Amino acid sequence: MMPGIIVIGASLGGLRALNLVLGNLPKDFRLPIVIVQHRSNELDASLVKQLQQSCKLRVSEAEDKEDIIAGRVYVAPAGYHLLIDSSLFCLSVDQPVLHARPSIDVAFESAADAFGSRTIGVVLTGASNDGAKGAALIKTRGGTIIVEDPVSAECATMPAAAIKSVGTVDAILPLPEIAPFLLKLSLRNGDRKDE
Amino acid sequence: MNDSEEIYDDVEVSEVRLLLDVVYAKYGYDFRDYAYPSVKRRILNSVATEGVASISGLLDKIQNDPACMARLLLHFTVHASSMFRHPSFYKCFREKVVPQLKTYPFVRIWHAGCSTGEEVYSMAILLHEEGIYKRSIIYATDISEDVIQKAKSGIFPMNMMKEFTSNYLKSGGIESFSDYYTAQYDNALFSSHLKENIVFAKHNLVTDASPNEFNVILCRNVMIYFKRELQNKTHELFFNSLIHFGYLGLGEKETLRFTPRENNYEEVDVSQKLYRRTA
Ligand SMILES: C[S@@+](CC[C@H](N)C(=O)[O-])C[C@H]1O[C@@H](n2cnc3c(N)ncnc32)[C@H](O)[C@@H]1O
Repeated sequence: MMPGIIVIGASLGGLRALNLVLGNLPKDFRLPIVIVQHRSNELDASLVKQLQQSCKLRVSEAEDKEDIIAGRVYVAPAGYHLLIDSSLFCLSVDQPVLHARPSIDVAFESAADAFGSRTIGVVLTGASNDGAKGAALIKTRGGTIIVEDPVSAECATMPAAAIKSVGTVDAILPLPEIAPFLLKLSLRNGDRKDE
Repeated sequence: MNDSEEIYDDVEVSEVRLLLDVVYAKYGYDFRDYAYPSVKRRILNSVATEGVASISGLLDKIQNDPACMARLLLHFTVHASSMFRHPSFYKCFREKVVPQLKTYPFVRIWHAGCSTGEEVYSMAILLHEEGIYKRSIIYATDISEDVIQKAKSGIFPMNMMKEFTSNYLKSGGIESFSDYYTAQYDNALFSSHLKENIVFAKHNLVTDASPNEFNVILCRNVMIYFKRELQNKTHELFFNSLIHFGYLGLGEKETLRFTPRENNYEEVDVSQKLYRRTA
């Protein structure tokens, strides 16, 4: 069984933030990472390429019914919702949620359903409330929520909304500290698998 | 089947399952092998819009109220589509598939899960411009009678024409797009000659047999809602409905890669998800 999953939601200012987080993860990172970055369809093609430049893990766009593999980074395709179904991805073209498709809430909620307490949600910079509702469900299911510190975030709205919605999040961190924290969590989750 | 069942909120999972069982038993729509996460979302959306408190509340209502079932069905079938959506797909179709189709005296094309018909009219326009529409027949099918009726009407909102036109041009269109429709108040009414060789019909990919043998099958963004097993079953149906060297087109984020039939096709264009049956 997969030891867990990390889902990172980002909106306005996300590219820079994502590069910083992904760029600081080691080559042998043990969890799968799912990225939901709001964007218009046109900007799409370049996102995987741009993230790959800073990231030592393999970055690709998730395809429908693709198996989720640990140590890889998957990007939700523009124009689709990305849902997590235990061992694989499902896409949907249902209506946008809070004007967004891909929606962070949709990815968070499906991850919480599939991975329960082994879900780690990360909310980065953005001018939206997306992710707040999904983060609360992850917390309800016993998972972990990390939020970029609104004080230093490029855009504080989204992190602040997540903090407000969840109540007590597990960590509020400035960007440079997020990758080390994820690494710590991944080792803990990994050990739990071996128990 | 997979380990998801242990992890999901058990009560919710069994409520969803019960609801789908009842929908099938009472109304004949089989959504039991649709992918759980999107089915659950649609059911929860329906719970919210029906003003019931829970999935079991929805279940009670559905059992006694066919109108409620009809509204639930809308959550499973209504989608905003666009003509020449992903223009590069149509461009590739024009360049790589049409020359082959021209070698046949007669061409049959199946749009499975065609929704309100945007992609069907796009295809009709494309075939018309390539000079083979007259010897083609297009089957346009969907599970939902509602969307089929809409597709049949050939009427689309006028405010979509800007997007449709821009897609059309990017897809390699060679005429003036506005020649294909007439404006009526807020609507664009597409020329009836485009409909001449289209057969609109209700067809359920889960339960119905193949309607014919085809040179081309397009099924885009329909099977993303299916579980892998149902997807495989549907690919079996498509494989058996294609002539040798017939073409299969999927949505841009779908793939044959994880299906048992992957070795029976060659890629016409990897990025466009166009495949050709090899034997
Ligand atoms: C997202 S739309 C895709 C429309 C179109 N192919 C496109 O790409 O624009 C999915 C369509 O599949 C239809 N559908 C869902 N289940 C089906 C089934 N079992 N058999 C046939 N059509 C189905 C829905 O009614 C809906 O119209």
